Amino acid sequence: MPASAFFTELRAMTGFAGRFFREGFRPRYEWLELLNQCYAIGYQSLPLVGITSFIMGLVLTLRLRPTMVQFGATSWIPVMVGLTIIQELAPIITGLMVSGKVGSSIGAELGSMRVSEQIDAMEVSGTNPFKYLVVTRILAATLMVPILTLLADAIGLFACYLGINLQGVTSVALFMNNILGSLTFGQVLPAVVKTFFFGFAIGLIGCYKGYNASKGTQGVGVAANSAVVLSSLLIFLLDLVAVGVSTAFGLI
Amino acid sequence: METATTSAPAPAPPAPAAEVVLTVDKISKSFGDNHVLKDFSLTLRRGENVVVLGKSGSGKSVLIKCIIGLLTPDAGTITVLGQHVATLDHVALDALRAKVGFLFQSNALYDSMTVRENLLFPLRRHWLADHQGQEDQLVRQALDDVGLPQTIDQLPAELSGGQRKRIALARTLIVPPEIILYDEPTTGLDPVTAREIDQLIRHVQQKYHASSLIISHDMNCVRLTSDRVILLSEGRSYAEGTYTELLASTDPTVHTFFE
Repeated sequence: MPASAFFTELRAMTGFAGRFFREGFRPRYEWLELLNQCYAIGYQSLPLVGITSFIMGLVLTLRLRPTMVQFGATSWIPVMVGLTIIQELAPIITGLMVSGKVGSSIGAELGSMRVSEQIDAMEVSGTNPFKYLVVTRILAATLMVPILTLLADAIGLFACYLGINLQGVTSVALFMNNILGSLTFGQVLPAVVKTFFFGFAIGLIGCYKGYNASKGTQGVGVAANSAVVLSSLLIFLLDLVAVGVSTAFGLI
Repeated sequence: METATTSAPAPAPPAPAAEVVLTVDKISKSFGDNHVLKDFSLTLRRGENVVVLGKSGSGKSVLIKCIIGLLTPDAGTITVLGQHVATLDHVALDALRAKVGFLFQSNALYDSMTVRENLLFPLRRHWLADHQGQEDQLVRQALDDVGLPQTIDQLPAELSGGQRKRIALARTLIVPPEIILYDEPTTGLDPVTAREIDQLIRHVQQKYHASSLIISHDMNCVRLTSDRVILLSEGRSYAEGTYTELLASTDPTVHTFFE
């Protein structure tokens, strides 16, 4: 992509985000559609996020164990895996899974609505389609990704506990004491806060790409594809920024 | 084989003194270097069916999107039911749109909603039903008007092209419109279904006493639905008259459409 096209796209996307803040918090509020979207984005993504978090928690524990045994540090496994899951793995896995599932579906759905004139029909029906379609989806993604991440944390830790007990015996109390005793508020806070930004980025890019789709069915495919690629990339960039900011504030 | 004379007799056009409900005054619209509309004007009177006839890409759809406020003309004014569209804020524009129905060329039915939900959508957005019983009654009445009450719980994907067009018309009628804008209502339909849609347009005109602006290049549709025809050519109003008058025209451009 040429630099000029990149900056044009960036400016358009910034304008789209600005419109979200201008229009999103003024009546009429679309509460019912927001709830529908929370259900679609949050609840319906839970199995995917849950399974991937479980597998990652288990795999990480089983992979780490031989090395930790070599150093005589098996008691550190819960802390190491717990910190990794809570600080990085669960937010990133959740962000990527939601980006793949929800980002593409938002891009395709809005793109299809755009090319088949459904968005125009909505406007003619006395509805602000930006509020009804875009604001609700961005808000739902922003709210649901942190909740999904917390659930992914819990599921990943449970998988870690199972992994430890596959090759040894550790009580739940000891396992939890190990993890909670080594976690500080300053370590958890940035991990939670960044997931709001992940959710916002997924919703924003999916909606932007879909809402501005053109060129018929080809445009729908392009919207869905670019929504996933761009939001996945942005999740990593935001993670990098989050690490930089939390390091600067000593929250690491 | 059916001939052109088998159509239902068209109702008499409204008296010239009937109230003007829509005025398009010298509007122009360009997309880059493509000048789609150039000083185009028309008037629509209460109870009248006006067909805007033109080649594909001649700016017909752009015209009705300007009328409903989906596009803004570069110059000229559009007055709908006494209100200048360009000067309305979104609240006033929504109120005006409640009185204007729009049948999209692609039908624009919401894929994820059933027929019932598609019909309820404009009803609920305009706050026109007080309770669920009234909503159900209005939905059933609109479906009865288009002859498809049995499709109420089906999804648009489960319907045929003609059924989708009828449901889109029912959605247009559920908030009783004073003006209905039809964008290529028979495009993509087989001749029999297209004829049924044409008759439905006439039926709606008689039942709701609505004025209709119909965009089409289907000459059967023009013949069956029009009280008056405006030929749009190169962005301008090239010729105007009844179907019969234009049919008798010796002008080569007009003749091209009617031969």
